[in-house]
Amino acid sequence: MQDPLHERRPLPLAAPADEDCGHPHHHGGTPGPRRANALIGARGLSFKHNGRSILQAIDLDIHRGEIVTLIGPNGAGKTTLVRTLIGLLKPTEGELWRAADLVIGYAPQRFDLDKTIPMTVARFVAMGSATATPGDIDQALKEVGASKLDDRQISELSGGELQRVILARALVRKPQLLVLDEPVRGVDYTGEAELYTLIGALRTQHDLGVLLVSHDLHVVMAQSDRVVCVNRHICCSGVPETVAQHPEYARLFGAQAARAFGLYHHHHDHRHDLAGEPQPAHRGGLRSLPEA
Amino acid sequence: METSIGEPFVMRALLAGLGLALIAAPLGCFVMWRRMAYYGETVAQSGLIGIALGLGFALNLTGSVLVVTLAVSGLLLLLSRQEIVPLDSLLGILAHAALALGVIVASLVRGPQVDLMAFLFGDIFAVTIVDLRWVLFGGIGSLIALMVIWRPLLALSVHEDLAAAEGVPVDRVKLIFMIILALVVAIAIKIVGVLLTVAFLIIPAAAARPLSETPEQMAFFAAIFGMLSVAMGLFVSISIDTPGGPSIVLVLTILFLSSILPTVLRHRR
Repeated sequence: MQDPLHERRPLPLAAPADEDCGHPHHHGGTPGPRRANALIGARGLSFKHNGRSILQAIDLDIHRGEIVTLIGPNGAGKTTLVRTLIGLLKPTEGELWRAADLVIGYAPQRFDLDKTIPMTVARFVAMGSATATPGDIDQALKEVGASKLDDRQISELSGGELQRVILARALVRKPQLLVLDEPVRGVDYTGEAELYTLIGALRTQHDLGVLLVSHDLHVVMAQSDRVVCVNRHICCSGVPETVAQHPEYARLFGAQAARAFGLYHHHHDHRHDLAGEPQPAHRGGLRSLPEA
Repeated sequence: METSIGEPFVMRALLAGLGLALIAAPLGCFVMWRRMAYYGETVAQSGLIGIALGLGFALNLTGSVLVVTLAVSGLLLLLSRQEIVPLDSLLGILAHAALALGVIVASLVRGPQVDLMAFLFGDIFAVTIVDLRWVLFGGIGSLIALMVIWRPLLALSVHEDLAAAEGVPVDRVKLIFMIILALVVAIAIKIVGVLLTVAFLIIPAAAARPLSETPEQMAFFAAIFGMLSVAMGLFVSISIDTPGGPSIVLVLTILFLSSILPTVLRHRR
């Protein structure tokens, strides 16, 4: 069967759903005509399930070498958007296209993996690509810093280790686009910092496009070129600093979340509050939460 | 009852049991990994309708059971698309409805003299040459089909969305798996009965899990456990005159408990 991810699938462009959000905002992540060099792009993408609208008029492009972070509260349709973009769901309306021969490396949430199947890490990574050689598998594990895990059982890994191994499976496909669904969820702060550093390094080394999904609003990867804030439609988007100050962002996540919006930076410039909760340090126009 | 091991009906029972254990082992691993034990139970219990219809119209029982298990698989596929009633409730409803319908149809077509016990718990010592032929050809067919879809089925059992994103034709592979399962259940019912069929699928797989480091190892150990239990269960059955199928299932359960116990104790500390 032809890989559905590799075919260009233009869909008839429909008029965006006309729902009044009651406030001025633009719907576009990157509005305007399709850009030729985008790895993946959507215009006016809508998705309905059982007659209920999940996504409305989404415009989004992801380019090579670009990290786009998708944030939004639970139930905002982030996962639906990702599933639509990688071809698991058919959009109800709108246009979706992918670069010719685009290979996507998808890293789903590690919580959904079945651990009752006995399987070594190397085997799990190998499943990502039918053509992967043992050398490719070693290389992918090495890139995520998990070389030593190759003969361990998937069921024995810690959360952070498993996340790296999932990332290695995405990399073994030699993708141009990485799609990572909440890679740092449930990982401790140090692990989170390391994962973000790793993702940033992979982007640079392979000139990858990266789509990162996050529901953790407190720390958004500073290397994000764009943060796209989704709540069924695209509420606002821009460089991380802009989004944090956007009134839509504050409205969606509450003023406190907006204040707490922080950025993870390469250097470990965080501190811990009295409760042991890591707090991103003060930076630019952003304020961190007052000491507890 | 004085029975010699060498008697033909004992040999037929042994061959059928060993063959079934071999076929059921890899399939049972997937039933366990994909959490389809209740699904298998529902399909197996629907087999009683097939038995009753087969008796009524004087058809080959395994054949008529296969038609019903396939039909029920299709019905389950259709009903699972709604989201108002959860899947386990749906399976519970259909399993019991199938059992009720099977008992009623059996009483209608043959009158009360139909030996329901033999079909509920199987009568492994009543296995015929025709049944053995089903085990042989059905078994070879299902094992080959399973080998063909092994890699994609394994991928979607680990993570369905990930497999789909990597290009696995998820719906087609799942459909083929359901057909193989319906076939193996139909073959098993004549030997171990509608109520013990799923035990043959999942207990060997569960017993093999703690010893296994790869999916293939688990299928291999499951086959060893299954065949060992058949031999031991039949021996016990003949020695102390207990029913065949239930004896095998009890041996399987003892093997499972001894296999899983060290793991449980290790995690307690």
